[in-house]
Amino acid sequence: MTALQHVNFGAYYAVHLPEPDDFAFWRERARQLVQCDIPPDRVNWVEPGGASDLFAQEGPARSEKRLPVPDDPGCPVRASKRFMQIAKTAAHHSDPERFSLLYRLLWRLQSSPRMMEDKADTDVRRVEELEKAVRRDAHKMHAFVRFRRVENADEPEAPEHYVAWFEPDHHILRREAGFFVRRFANMHWSILTPRGSLHWDTKVLCEGPPAQKSDAPSGDPAEDLWRKYYASTFNPARLKIGAMLKEMPKKYWKNMPEAALIPELIAGAQQRESAMVAEGKADYAAQPDTLEAISKAIHACRNCPIGSLENHAVMGEGPQDAALMIVGEQPGDQEDLAGRPFVGPAGQVLDAALEATGIDRRAAYVTNAVKHFKYVQRGKRRLHQTPTAKEVDTCRWWQEAERAIVKPKLVLALGASAARGLLGKTVNISRSRGSPIPLDDGSELWVTAHPSYLLRLDGAAKAQQEQLFVADLAAVKARLEELAQKSGQ
Amino acid sequence: MTLGESVVRTYKEQMPALDTIQKLEILADAAKYDASCASSGTAKRNSKGGKGVGSTEGMGICHAYAPDGRCISLLKILLTNHCIFDCHYCVNRKSSNVRRARFTPQEVADLTLTFYRRNYIEGLFLSSGIIKSSDFTMEQMVETARILREDHDFRGYIHLKTIPEADPQLVHQAGLYADRVSINVELPTDAGLTRLAPDKNALQIEGAMGGVKSAIIQAKDERKRFKHAPRFAPGGQSTQMIVGADAATDADIVGKASRLYTGFKLRRVYYSAFSPIPDASAVLPLKRPPLMREHRLYQSDWLMRFYGFAPREVMQATGADGNLPLDIDPKLAWALKFREQYPVDVNRSSREMLLRVPGLGTRAVSQILASRRHRTLRLDDVAKLTVSITKVRPFIETADWRPVMLTDRADLRSLLAPKQEQLELFAA
Repeated sequence: MTALQHVNFGAYYAVHLPEPDDFAFWRERARQLVQCDIPPDRVNWVEPGGASDLFAQEGPARSEKRLPVPDDPGCPVRASKRFMQIAKTAAHHSDPERFSLLYRLLWRLQSSPRMMEDKADTDVRRVEELEKAVRRDAHKMHAFVRFRRVENADEPEAPEHYVAWFEPDHHILRREAGFFVRRFANMHWSILTPRGSLHWDTKVLCEGPPAQKSDAPSGDPAEDLWRKYYASTFNPARLKIGAMLKEMPKKYWKNMPEAALIPELIAGAQQRESAMVAEGKADYAAQPDTLEAISKAIHACRNCPIGSLENHAVMGEGPQDAALMIVGEQPGDQEDLAGRPFVGPAGQVLDAALEATGIDRRAAYVTNAVKHFKYVQRGKRRLHQTPTAKEVDTCRWWQEAERAIVKPKLVLALGASAARGLLGKTVNISRSRGSPIPLDDGSELWVTAHPSYLLRLDGAAKAQQEQLFVADLAAVKARLEELAQKSGQ
Repeated sequence: MTLGESVVRTYKEQMPALDTIQKLEILADAAKYDASCASSGTAKRNSKGGKGVGSTEGMGICHAYAPDGRCISLLKILLTNHCIFDCHYCVNRKSSNVRRARFTPQEVADLTLTFYRRNYIEGLFLSSGIIKSSDFTMEQMVETARILREDHDFRGYIHLKTIPEADPQLVHQAGLYADRVSINVELPTDAGLTRLAPDKNALQIEGAMGGVKSAIIQAKDERKRFKHAPRFAPGGQSTQMIVGADAATDADIVGKASRLYTGFKLRRVYYSAFSPIPDASAVLPLKRPPLMREHRLYQSDWLMRFYGFAPREVMQATGADGNLPLDIDPKLAWALKFREQYPVDVNRSSREMLLRVPGLGTRAVSQILASRRHRTLRLDDVAKLTVSITKVRPFIETADWRPVMLTDRADLRSLLAPKQEQLELFAA
């Protein structure tokens, strides 16, 4: 009954589009229909392969003639610039209703020409959604097409050919051809999709029939490199799966070589991060505030691997109010056994030099930058090993605690490790010796060589270095006296 | 056997030769702590009429996303991760025990082209550890860009990280090949820099940024007069700051960023939440700052760049500790503090005021301004233009809606803050 009712008001029309993305064709027909004053609910737009309305009079494919002819073909049809821009893009959408929607908008624009500005209108919003979806699909195509190089064994002289398989959501293949031509103008390439294919030979672009995934090559040796890059550039400490999925939905994964890695990267991330944190973690409690407490605590310290060796922590010794603090590198074999700093061969060199310059060792607080002996076992002997920068930095905690209690006016660092323990950075001994370096707590640091360095030299070099060492100690003594006078005043 | 041969042999014995894939693994891993991956905003180019590949069309393209949610747009690698500097926050510092590797400029160029031809990337982001000297390193980076641009006529995107200590002449050359150059300020405060990056110098970093800025301005000016004047870094310059490695508050960071934007005409300031690195230095905090903090800083960055907020106003949104709240976004935090400014009448207020409504973005505001010429907006109309009307409602007035008491309710914050999610089992 209802269908017959409509017949009384006028005929139905069906317009068959030759191509699903033929906007120019739609535009011609739509203009004609508007000129004939055919309302939107009387027109059915049919894509190739789509079903037409039972009651409609056929458009071009079967009988173009049945579409009405306008009385005045010059009668203006109005459409804003904005509408034409949006419509041109939205026409590529795969929604079968898109051409009807466009015609409805065009029809309405005749009576309200500024309608496109009304963002709260349902039709305007819908067409903008379509337009946005097409643009997004195009953007994702630019991003996610992956070319594979075709190995052509028969013709080694033939130019390299790159082939990609891609599955767009909308009818965008032809629309996006320009992007790939501009980008890869001097490359031979083909893009195959279920809706059609494109081929470029550096001069001419050809269109081909729809393709299947099996038509494209199945791999490329460069993909191993790419997958390695993808896995390496991922930071396991900041997993944000949602952010990834929003921009790279799963539907694209099947054609991206790197996507196969995603599950294992996610699964391993938590573990990799906790391993990194655990490795860097040191188990510090509150900083001890007496020397006895430090002495006790360092024996239990396992914040770096040295603490786990077969050795004993060696605490600093000397008066708690010493003006001078002498810091060495780490206890050696004999210090480890005796439990006191600087009692081995290097200690004897130090003692001799101190005596020569007139510094009383008993009045100084003597300690080490690293509290445990680091060594490698060679037969029955334990050979000294230099602590790494990280180990020195880790042990700095204890040395700072000692310094906070003793509050020396002047700190003498013996060797590069000791200097690093105090400054947090590696300094060059020969460049930094001989002048004070201010420390954060207001005291000053003097740097000189480690006495064990002198033990390893001989001949003229030894004499020269001994001279420098003694000169450094003399400068320290002079400075100590100066500081004592200042505080005495 | 000559002396030269014996030297070569010892070197090889110490360093087993790595193949390309191993080097790529090491040097990509070492470069991933740089947040920037933008490939947008440079001059338009394409490969038509040239010999090689490449195009840039204004919009950046993200060719893949890693599970950390970051876009992969460029081949981001270091030329080498050997370094003579000892910056505590850096995985490549001298005292770190990571595996080391080194690419030649030719290898990097070949890798870039291999990836580009398969449409994996938009171009190259090249940075480097410092070997021998700053000048030597910078020369190698410029050489890489030269091979790509001159030998292969590559017209894709190139971003070069510049070494502030290098000769200004080299930095200038980098700008002639690259689309974007960047110099990292690393830490928001000078005190932090002195403590954590003892080999770097704040004055030198800012001096180099100033040099790049004037070169960009000069090149732009020359192009106005002479059609064929060379372009200099048409994508501008950017920088990166590490968040959470020192004691700087969000207010400090926002202040520093705004000074950099105005003082050096930067395109972008990137924030990188300090994240645990392998073989970390003992000086660093062990806990990472929440990733949300980085996100809030980016939001505040957006407020300043697109929403007309002054740096001072963003700082007003910070809490007593100088940091932006983590549970709500900075615009909402500001609105809750300055409730006397609301409700905003969507049918009458200016763009500036509408931009201050929490929940209304720049796009929604433009749409409101366009729509209200055609109709008096009701709450339903606004709802169509926004993501969540519940969030917007307390701050606006429409033809059929006034929030009356809502704007002044003491528990407004809890009404609007996102629901507490289940606690992370392994929260940092």
